[in-house]
Amino acid sequence: MTTTPVELVLAKKERFDRTPDRRSEDFHEELFELERAGELLVQRVPDDFVTVSTKYGVPKKIPRAHLWHHKSCGQCGHIPGYSTSIFWIMRKLGHDYHDPSDQTSCTAWNYYASATSNQAAQAAVALRNFAAAYETGYFPLIHCGTSYGHYKEVRAEILRHPELRTQVRKVLEKLGKPMVLPEEIVHYSEYLYALRDEIAAQQVRDFTGIGVTVHPACHYYKLVEGDAIFDPDVYQGQRTAVVTGLATRLGAEVRNYSTWFDCCGFGFRHILVQRDFTRSFATMRKIEVMKEEANPDVVLTHDTGCVTTLDKSQFAAQAHGKNVGVPVMSEAQFAALAMGAHPYKVCQLHWHSANYRPLLEKMGIDWRAAWAEFEESVAKLARNEQEFVTWEDVGV
Amino acid sequence: MPAATQDPLRKVDDVAGFADVPRAEKERLVAEVFADPRFADYLYGCYECGICVAVCPSARFYDFSPRRIAQAAGRRDVDLLYQQMQEDIWECSQCFSCLRCPRGNNPGGVITIMREVAVNNGMSSAREALEGYSRIIYKIMSTGTQVSPDMLQPDAFPDWGPEVQDVSENLALWRRALPPETHHTTSTGWSVAERTLIELYLIWLETGALDMIRQVDEGLHMILEEVMEDRLEEEGIER
Repeated sequence: MTTTPVELVLAKKERFDRTPDRRSEDFHEELFELERAGELLVQRVPDDFVTVSTKYGVPKKIPRAHLWHHKSCGQCGHIPGYSTSIFWIMRKLGHDYHDPSDQTSCTAWNYYASATSNQAAQAAVALRNFAAAYETGYFPLIHCGTSYGHYKEVRAEILRHPELRTQVRKVLEKLGKPMVLPEEIVHYSEYLYALRDEIAAQQVRDFTGIGVTVHPACHYYKLVEGDAIFDPDVYQGQRTAVVTGLATRLGAEVRNYSTWFDCCGFGFRHILVQRDFTRSFATMRKIEVMKEEANPDVVLTHDTGCVTTLDKSQFAAQAHGKNVGVPVMSEAQFAALAMGAHPYKVCQLHWHSANYRPLLEKMGIDWRAAWAEFEESVAKLARNEQEFVTWEDVGV
Repeated sequence: MPAATQDPLRKVDDVAGFADVPRAEKERLVAEVFADPRFADYLYGCYECGICVAVCPSARFYDFSPRRIAQAAGRRDVDLLYQQMQEDIWECSQCFSCLRCPRGNNPGGVITIMREVAVNNGMSSAREALEGYSRIIYKIMSTGTQVSPDMLQPDAFPDWGPEVQDVSENLALWRRALPPETHHTTSTGWSVAERTLIELYLIWLETGALDMIRQVDEGLHMILEEVMEDRLEEEGIER
């Protein structure tokens, strides 16, 4: 049997072989050790879970149900179809959840933007939210990539620094809250990836021929990289499998492009007060490259900042005649559309900027009719015939 | 060590947008960076391979290099670190792409610490970088969510397209058209419970995070302090 050098290399990579010094430690042992020592409580993943593999092969449990939704301020505030789609999918799958008002933002967007906080405050905010989840008995599911990344950082710091534990414990005692860390820090995109077969089983729209480019969120897989999901069947285990694994399972055609690893250009402070940088990076290093090399029908990503940046940066670039103009959404919205969700009542695409209508047409969705339906439901609200649009109104 | 102006690694002094300070003051500030408990986890020594620069988005559009930061911190170059705290650190995107460092360094993390020291000491770079940012700090610290639907105003985001105006004009109705019960808000991302807010205020007060604001924006600090203390007093919570 002849084997080419390329095949040899790929065969090695598929086994997740990495040199030992690059392998991050498995934090679980340390976590349970602190629990045994009475320093903190560990909230266990509920019994109903799916096991997936992370970057260095450490198994990760992804709970299927009974989830406490740690929402994202950017999603709820500016891309509300993002969080609505996550909830809608869970309801459609018949898995129970809790949408708490006893939750604050992780506050990390502000921290990475302005540094007007400190290590103890950031850890206390994280552990207050974890305690709030623990008190309900529901397991935290993190919607935002930055919250997910930051909470992994906080966990590493809490495990490593006894003085920080003391400081945070004192604050939590004042709040009357227990000191709890979850057994796993789980991002919603991991949930969707782990449940991709369940999601595909309820697919009602055919996505064959839909060209997709994926932008992976830096804070998902670069920040405390060991927690991120990798799968030998997706990119041969060389890139994170979330988003791509789901899009492929839904029958879409995921196309490669050369700046896949690049950041989106969000910059935390830049997106708010220095957008010339954000716009330049997002269009020149991401959207234009995608258009040139892959010409996708849609860009899928899995974080608040990335959707905002890649979507909103295109308007000004288009005015300058740049090669942009591709819709951007989360894979949660994409999956919800596959499962039959309403493009406006559920996915709330009218909050997005880049033109998504050609994509909807390619998906077989009559967007004019859908918009008329949405307008009718809004008119009912305006006439005070109904206070809010409900889950029942959107079929779940 | 050569005089600052002779050091080829430094940017030219006459373009510096900050006043020089005595060496002892620079040493004090830099010592605060090294004293942060995270510092030892973030810097192990630099190979000078430049991978961090290759992956850095800010390096493409600014005169900015995470490698220069890692090198300056690695060799404890007080003058250069001070200059970087005044000129460079706010250009970082905090994406942490630089964590691809083969040595395991975290230049982005070192920058987070340098920024915190800049804020804590009211350095001019921090004040300048945070100009126009006060409303965001106010929003996150006082409401518990960072960006709210009512921030989507066409005059604030003219470059985001006409959809911003549509959202702004229809905001109250479109928020009522969202099925999740927590999403009907317009001035916060979601509905945050009163008790939760009080707990958040206690965190800002107990950890010194609120005090940090005083160094960069006294007016904002005064407003936030009043909001928080009034609310705690109403609840009968003594500190």
